[in-house]
Amino acid sequence: MMELPLKGLTVLEFSQYLSGPSAALRLADLGARVIKIEKPNGGDAGRKLAIKNLWADDSSLLFHTINRNKESFTADLKNGDDIIIIKKLIKKADVLIHNFRPGVMDKLGLGYTTAKEINSRIIYAKISGYGKEGPWKNKPGQDLLLQAMTGLAYTTGDGNNGPVPFGIAVGDILCGAQLVQGIIAALIRRQKTGTGALIEVSLMESLLDFQFELLTTYFTNNKQPQRSMINNGHPLLSAPYGLYKTTDGYIALAMMDIYELADAINCKELKGFAKDEVFAKRDEIKKLLAKCFANGSSSHWIGKMHESGLWAIEVFDWEQMMDHEAYLSLQMEQVLNIPDKNIKTTRCPIRINGERLYADKGAPKLGEHNKQLMEEFGIRN
Amino acid sequence: MNLLQDILVIDFSQFLSGPSAALRLADMGAQVIKIEKPVTGDICRQLYVSDVMIEGESTIFHAINRNKQSYAADLKNADDIEKVKQLLAKADVMMHNFRPGVMERLGLDYETVKKINPSIVYAEISGYGNEGSWKDLPGQDLLLQAASGLTWLSNNSNENPTPMGVAVVDIMAGTHIAQGILATLYKRCISGEGALVQVSMFESVLDFQFEVLTCYYNDGKQLPIRSAINSGHAYVAAPYGIYKTKDGYIALAMTDIVRLGALLQCEPLKQFSNASDWFDKRDEIKIILAAHLLKEVAGHWLAILEEADIWCAPVLNYDKLVKEEGYRVLNMEITVKTSNGLSVKTTRCPIRVDGKLLVSDKGAPMLGEHNEEIDAQFGLAKELQPVIKR
Repeated sequence: MMELPLKGLTVLEFSQYLSGPSAALRLADLGARVIKIEKPNGGDAGRKLAIKNLWADDSSLLFHTINRNKESFTADLKNGDDIIIIKKLIKKADVLIHNFRPGVMDKLGLGYTTAKEINSRIIYAKISGYGKEGPWKNKPGQDLLLQAMTGLAYTTGDGNNGPVPFGIAVGDILCGAQLVQGIIAALIRRQKTGTGALIEVSLMESLLDFQFELLTTYFTNNKQPQRSMINNGHPLLSAPYGLYKTTDGYIALAMMDIYELADAINCKELKGFAKDEVFAKRDEIKKLLAKCFANGSSSHWIGKMHESGLWAIEVFDWEQMMDHEAYLSLQMEQVLNIPDKNIKTTRCPIRINGERLYADKGAPKLGEHNKQLMEEFGIRN
Repeated sequence: MNLLQDILVIDFSQFLSGPSAALRLADMGAQVIKIEKPVTGDICRQLYVSDVMIEGESTIFHAINRNKQSYAADLKNADDIEKVKQLLAKADVMMHNFRPGVMERLGLDYETVKKINPSIVYAEISGYGNEGSWKDLPGQDLLLQAASGLTWLSNNSNENPTPMGVAVVDIMAGTHIAQGILATLYKRCISGEGALVQVSMFESVLDFQFEVLTCYYNDGKQLPIRSAINSGHAYVAAPYGIYKTKDGYIALAMTDIVRLGALLQCEPLKQFSNASDWFDKRDEIKIILAAHLLKEVAGHWLAILEEADIWCAPVLNYDKLVKEEGYRVLNMEITVKTSNGLSVKTTRCPIRVDGKLLVSDKGAPMLGEHNEEIDAQFGLAKELQPVIKR
């Protein structure tokens, strides 16, 4: 195993749930040492948040998924003695991440100004829901709510569906990803200047950035983007872009020339449309295609389209995907090293120098590393 | 000092995945040079989106490629390749998103480039990795959504599998390659060593699903079931979802159903006093709730719920969003100018550094716009000017 790129860096993670913790997970997988700072009573609220009632130990499987490869240190941030200890950790740390609501860390005496006085090299990174100013700043920064408020729910589903949210916490994940970029870029600058930085990202700005193609188009023509009435794949794209039902499943069609498609699937009626009508008449074209694809199997249609070099693929569920050699060849799964458990999860998606990055350390128990860290950092109670 | 001051990025990538990563590097201060094919350039220039164009080029090209330079070079022409190699000798980062094997044929693969510049960070995005049987398939966003099971997570269970209406796989892969590039650049600051960084869209869309995939790996492989109505997340209990009211929609995140019933004066909800029912009977609960919420306007419900600190929000479209004070205070909009005087309104980088917004008014480059400037800046052989045509 090569030496990981962020080896030697220490990250203090004062965050809960997904946005901040997912950022710290990426930093850990890239080689940083991540220490979760948790409240003594219960810790990260994510420990008790389970999906499908799946638990790894005292903490949920979900918590282990997001917090593997980290250490845990408990501290009561309302207790003066504990704050002194935390400040000693800050002195030795390279990065601090938090996702408290605006003002909370300042009230605890751990705001950026204080942290910078303790350690002028610190990269202080914070996540908020809606930024630190304006009428929404104290609203809960929860993923679905941000999807709802940023217009994202009008990109997915068909025109007659009503707003449809993404079934993944995309705001949290993107916000975490942006924070990682800001943090590492600031570490690069620190190598040259010796000084730290303040990095701020909000879920709202992350989701607006995510929609930058749609928003730029909206700013240009002042028209709310419309989802197609059937088989919508992307509000800005022409027919045939979308998913279609076949006799035995579904197929996905990306951008393609409709006349080449007409020839490939032998659908003469499709040639009744002019090529410059593929956006304006996309609903009619899609209706025609949906009728056509309903008469054959997925493999039949995919075969025809691939023969003609058209961009299409069969729609898989996870079971079908995991049986496929293309999935297996990625070696995306790893088993966590937790005694008496057999927890399988995914690895970091980035490969470096041809190596996949595995890290099989499970999530820490609450306060698991208190003693070790106190000794290591020379902290006495 | 900008975070990535003096970092030179040579970007051969097209469309969205690679270019969105290069945009972020540019936002943070790197000099990004797009290497484009003469005459046509990045295919994204010709991708007409919803019939909306700016100066004959797509709106999305302008959004993705602001704050960059363009250098036209024919990678099949020996003179052009020579100049590109001279440029790579001085670069910190090179990136591309060609299909596997293309850069080897052009003589610009990692092994070759490493000989020219041992400390370069060489980054590549593929569709499906370099080894599996799908490696030569087109790495296109919708196809990756379809192949990875992602389309079975959004919308109601009676609807077709539903793709996410933003190119989420491209964008996730872009963030991953940017993270890998930055991490290896950081290491290079210490060790002086370059690196090869690889991301595939397939691995990126699996990582994007890491929470729910981990659940699937460990729950005896039960496929996700979307709720029958008001679906928000296949794995989350009622009321999680979006609901219609008398005059618009509201979103409700996780909350106690009994308390919600009391606040909304919806008596039938109070029978669900067992918290495990909130997942097991979520369709039944959602049907009751959906019918109840139709009786009043969105503002009525939100006032009650916000007062009680229940996680809720109005559902906005762009027309409504851009008028909100909470949106305007972010100053998310910027106007960039192209060299021929065209103004384009777009969004800025979402990251703030040292309390400042990262903004630049530099618009997307015209194809080959910076050939002369780059030849001069890097002292590339003058007698070998490539032909520039638009």
